[in-house]
Amino acid sequence: MMEIFQYGFAVRGLEAGLIIGLIAPLIGMFLVLRRYSLIADTLAHVSLAGIAMGFLLGLNPLFTAIGSTVLSSVIIERLRLSRKVYGESALAIFLSGSLALAVVLISLSKGFNVGLLNYLFGSIVTVTQTDVYVIAALGTVVAILIWLLYKELIYITFDEESAQVSGIPTRLINTLLIILAALTVSLSIPIVGVLLISALMVIPVVTALQFRQSFVKTIFIAEAVSLFSVLVGILTSFSLDLSTGGTIVLVSLLIFMVTLGMKRK
Amino acid sequence: MPVDHTKNIIEVENVSFGYNEELVLEKINFNIHKGDYLGVIGPNGGGKSTLLKLILGLLTPSQGTIKLFGIDVRNFKEWWRVGYVPQKVVNFDVNFPATVFEVVSMGRYGRKGLFRQLNREDRKIIEQSLEQVEMMEYRNRMIGDLSGGQQQRVFIARAMAAQPEVIFLDEPTAGVDVPSQGKFYDLLKKLNRELELTLVFVSHDIEAVVHDVTELAFVNKALTYDDHPIDISHHKLEKLYGHKKHILYKDNKNK
Repeated sequence: MMEIFQYGFAVRGLEAGLIIGLIAPLIGMFLVLRRYSLIADTLAHVSLAGIAMGFLLGLNPLFTAIGSTVLSSVIIERLRLSRKVYGESALAIFLSGSLALAVVLISLSKGFNVGLLNYLFGSIVTVTQTDVYVIAALGTVVAILIWLLYKELIYITFDEESAQVSGIPTRLINTLLIILAALTVSLSIPIVGVLLISALMVIPVVTALQFRQSFVKTIFIAEAVSLFSVLVGILTSFSLDLSTGGTIVLVSLLIFMVTLGMKRK
Repeated sequence: MPVDHTKNIIEVENVSFGYNEELVLEKINFNIHKGDYLGVIGPNGGGKSTLLKLILGLLTPSQGTIKLFGIDVRNFKEWWRVGYVPQKVVNFDVNFPATVFEVVSMGRYGRKGLFRQLNREDRKIIEQSLEQVEMMEYRNRMIGDLSGGQQQRVFIARAMAAQPEVIFLDEPTAGVDVPSQGKFYDLLKKLNRELELTLVFVSHDIEAVVHDVTELAFVNKALTYDDHPIDISHHKLEKLYGHKKHILYKDNKNK
């Protein structure tokens, strides 16, 4: 098992994976409790269009993914606030619309289909050194912002109206949260892939919620579940030559089911 | 000691509000004075909640002005001076992962401002608020595990943690069992009489309001104000509830 550290790509994958494992539940906590889990999935599909664009234009797909998700997240939030479209419909429009765009872009340019599969389901092989730097830098930004805005985020999540009355700039904080979600989704792509990202943001949080602890403790439990899943998932997938993203998600699901089983007793 | 009920802290002047063409509130005029315990009653759909949302800056009046502490609500920044207890027991997530202490802490957040963390003094104020509502021993319990009456006391403590000068309560006893309601009214009375906190209690239930309030306003599109609520006879209330368009106007004492 230790031979994993002899491979540069595997070490890069572990580094990137652990950073993602750290920030995904931080954002996921607020999305899950606001019944907004689906936003992660939507932004993931948007990022696929971004990746396809990156391939087509010969740019780093991570950058084009970040650009497209951040832009879309702001538009989704605007649409939701305008009340011209139901919040969920806005998500559905973006989810299918961006997938359509991605498919058309992919058909325009032939020859990156193998690479694309890695982006769909995640593979530590795709993680470049640049990716690790970008993930580390933006991951730090996300973590610091969540820490700084923690009080506002928890208040808005618990009771948005009272938070607004107490003078908290709820619109600004909501927009920031969705942008941070977009960043996290984009950064997670190389590891877990477009189709499995929401699992990483949702499952550890839902698992932690089963313990019925304080908000702070719930975050720590979610972090533990997430980091454990990423670590065990990457090591297992490396040893047994399995899909990285799929293995990580299955490990976290296993923990979730064990937690549910323990509760029964 | 009777409080001097002459200093205006909230002034509502000629305020009208409507969704689309239809007016929900028409030419509302009244003041809330320091130390008041104002009951706001009226039938459902009569505009009570709308009036509350206008004062709290959640809605903007179509006409007229609202001033909080002498400042137009549109420019008002010191929101910590205004506490708010929403209709919480009815609509909050009982599975939300937060302890009583964490919920009451939220009351301090608006006052602290962005990027600033709570310090020891904040925690002391939070504990004081918990003691005032006699919920200190529940500080580490999950909010969802408490009874409706206990939850409502926690939300009062949350409002108090900002050390506000006035607290608005929107149908605060909805979903609270009757024995706990009595205890809840006693708590409000104590806050008003002993701590001289201005209270505004909005409810469709006259019984809930009429016990301890010092002023009473009746809202049904228009507003009727009474600073001797004891005088309100059943006959008068019947008339107010029964005839939507024919409301008796009584002079505001400040006019």
